Amino acid sequence: MKLLQALADGSVVAKRNLIKIKRVPDLLVFSTAAPIMFVLLFAYVFGGSIEIPGMDYREFLMAGIFAQTVLFGATITGSGLAEDMTKGIIDRFRSLPMARSAVLVGRTTSDLVNNALVVVIMMITGLIVGWRIHSSPLEALAGVAILLLFAYAFSWAMAWIGLLVRSPEVFNNASFIFIFPITYIANTFVQSEKLPSVLRHIAEWNPVSAVTLAARELFGNTSPLQAPPDAWPLQHPVLASLGWVVIFLLVFVPLANYQYKRAVAR
Amino acid sequence: MTDAIVAEGLVKRYGSVVALNGLNLKVPEGTITGLLGPNGAGKTTAVRVFTTLLDADEGAARVAGLDVRKQAGELRKSIGLSGQYAAVDDNLTGFENLDMVGRLYHLGRARSRERARELLARFDLEDAADRPVKGYSGGMRRRLDLAGALVAKPSVLFLDEPTTGLDPRSRLGMWDVIEELVKGGTTVLLTTQYLEEADRLADQIAVIDRGKVIAEGTSDQLKEQVGGERLELSVATNAELGISRTALADLAVGAMESDERQHHLTVPVAGGSSVLMEAIRRLDAESVKVLDVGLRRPTLDDVFLTLTGHHAEDEDEK
Repeated sequence: MKLLQALADGSVVAKRNLIKIKRVPDLLVFSTAAPIMFVLLFAYVFGGSIEIPGMDYREFLMAGIFAQTVLFGATITGSGLAEDMTKGIIDRFRSLPMARSAVLVGRTTSDLVNNALVVVIMMITGLIVGWRIHSSPLEALAGVAILLLFAYAFSWAMAWIGLLVRSPEVFNNASFIFIFPITYIANTFVQSEKLPSVLRHIAEWNPVSAVTLAARELFGNTSPLQAPPDAWPLQHPVLASLGWVVIFLLVFVPLANYQYKRAVAR
Repeated sequence: MTDAIVAEGLVKRYGSVVALNGLNLKVPEGTITGLLGPNGAGKTTAVRVFTTLLDADEGAARVAGLDVRKQAGELRKSIGLSGQYAAVDDNLTGFENLDMVGRLYHLGRARSRERARELLARFDLEDAADRPVKGYSGGMRRRLDLAGALVAKPSVLFLDEPTTGLDPRSRLGMWDVIEELVKGGTTVLLTTQYLEEADRLADQIAVIDRGKVIAEGTSDQLKEQVGGERLELSVATNAELGISRTALADLAVGAMESDERQHHLTVPVAGGSSVLMEAIRRLDAESVKVLDVGLRRPTLDDVFLTLTGHHAEDEDEK
């Protein structure tokens, strides 16, 4: 009964956030504009100089673009919460007899829906520039699921940071410091084997690399001509991705909840 | 009569800043109490403790008979909070905002909608009900925020500076709404830095300064504490201000206050119009050109000045 009530409260909050996507469509336009420009930049400008054995660079690129896009999409969780905090909306929620988890559950859920929408738009973009799925529909679906699961878990980390810094402007700068290396010191745009040694180790153990490779494999965007990776997470990318999802949730769900209970607008 | 709000020795520190410094307060059921103090006096912190948003470091508080710490979950069902910033969602319509709050109070789908429409009508927001709040005026937002606090018909209502930042007309409108509300028997704790507001709305006033209640009573009782009337005098030059000060010194029953920028002198006096006559005679004898002179009853600002040694609205005082 209590759980049902909590879920109902969470869905009320999620609905509120989703109305924003509908009323402010620019948000969706601009959150997809940057990744679309990345696709064009890498497909037509840098792509010609990046050699991927056994396949066209665009096929290699798209999984990295998806991972990058959902990571940036997950930051909305943090900036949204920080904004609600400065506007006093969190204060109001906290004075209501609603489930304590509802604001965070609702927020992360609506951001997941937003991310799913963005992934669809990016997949269409990919198809237009020549990316193809070479696996079964079920595997492709699993690839999308892993991307979204990871984004969901990542949302909780962003929620924690957003509640911690309490201001949307500070959050945008703070999250960038975190997002930038995790997105680019990885196999998202280049093969991690080509990186210099220290960066290469970081890239191989970077959660984003596991997720990108998992998506790449599940979409069938790999080639037998590529050297087999020698790091464990890249040998078992699906398992490693799921492991990271569990770790992120175990760490950041309690941290975000703890921070929410103490959150007070300033 | 029982007390709807009881606070005993509340202390809240932020590092070396003491926001609440042993706050004691009693608010009788069905009354409207004004918590009056300057910025940074601890008003908002006190409201946050009462509304379960913040834990006090020391002391205890009960609201509607429930302990704010131990029975927080239960308490949230019977309180309403309207904060300093109108906590409404810009992207939702007025109706959607209230409907959401109703759902989160667990009124159920049908009842939430009905209540939202009811409140929109009552707060004169019917025409704007289905427009996003983004296009509302400041006064409309505040009314909507207040409506949000009333969704569940709370027995205790907290209004944290409900009119700060509103233009005079919207402020009068808010006052009417709040007065209307208390007729229904709701207990209200209202924080304000406007003396006029506390004077007009509150049955009793608690003056708060540096995290402590320093005086309590009705507006009249507080004014009595300061005693007598004030003689107000305006002259043309500072030289004349000095002469007036000396001439009127022995008529004063308390500390005189002179404002050299406005060439203005305030003298606490006792004895009514005969004192005024005497003052004018003396000023005339000294050939002081009087621009304006008169007697007035003490305001809450005088109360504040007498109690704390500084004006209520001096923000740079600290």
